[in-house]
Amino acid sequence: MRLEYFEMIDRVVALDRDAGTIHAQADVPAVSPIFEGHFPGHPIMPGVLLLETMAQAAGYLALARNGLVQMPFFAGSSKAKFRRFVVPDTVMDIRAKLVHDGSGYAVFETRIDQDGRVADAEVMLRIMDFPAEDLRQAMLARARTIGLGAGIEAELAP
Amino acid sequence: MTAQSTFEIVANVIAETSEIPREKITPESHSIDDLGIDSLDFLDIVFALDKKFGIKIPFERWTQEVNEGKASVDDYFVLKNLCARIDELVAKKNAGA
Repeated sequence: MRLEYFEMIDRVVALDRDAGTIHAQADVPAVSPIFEGHFPGHPIMPGVLLLETMAQAAGYLALARNGLVQMPFFAGSSKAKFRRFVVPDTVMDIRAKLVHDGSGYAVFETRIDQDGRVADAEVMLRIMDFPAEDLRQAMLARARTIGLGAGIEAELAP
Repeated sequence: MTAQSTFEIVANVIAETSEIPREKITPESHSIDDLGIDSLDFLDIVFALDKKFGIKIPFERWTQEVNEGKASVDDYFVLKNLCARIDELVAKKNAGA
């Protein structure tokens, strides 16, 4: 994870586009300015960043399903729960499951595990045309870096 | 499906999803102009209606048609018209089943 750049997902472990599921992992950094403030003497991942991490896993699933032709944006969440602390220098397992594929939006059940459940939320993403080609190229590069493209490389047009 | 009309279901969903009192919602209500529902609230409503009716409201296409001037906002966002569109989608789904 590069928290300051909002790069929350490090790798895709499993992706099933047809079933609408993704399993990804994130390495929580040992050191980050975020931990200096949140909290002094008790560094833990902020809940909002756990929610962002779950939304990004759902986002990569949405990207994989549409072959990176449209961009998902975080539009809403409900029932977010943060059950346990996530501390620096650990690994999180993030899972997202598509529960409704709407027109221009999609809804996912997401969760984070670390030896048991850490957080869960329902996430809604608005799916729109890429507003800028630079963004699409950046997402393509990121998708390849985290291994999202492994199963869909043929569809990832340059 | 119960004997509830499409409008009753839609109005209840809007009242539950937004903070609009149920009695303010009529078939003539314009969801944007009269009820003040913004596009994000509308997505929540579409999600609830998709689930309730087992359909996929083509929200993206509607928005595009309105933006391109091919349809008027009223065609989709006045509630009686929205209900008519939903009835069409449900009929189409049932015909294909």
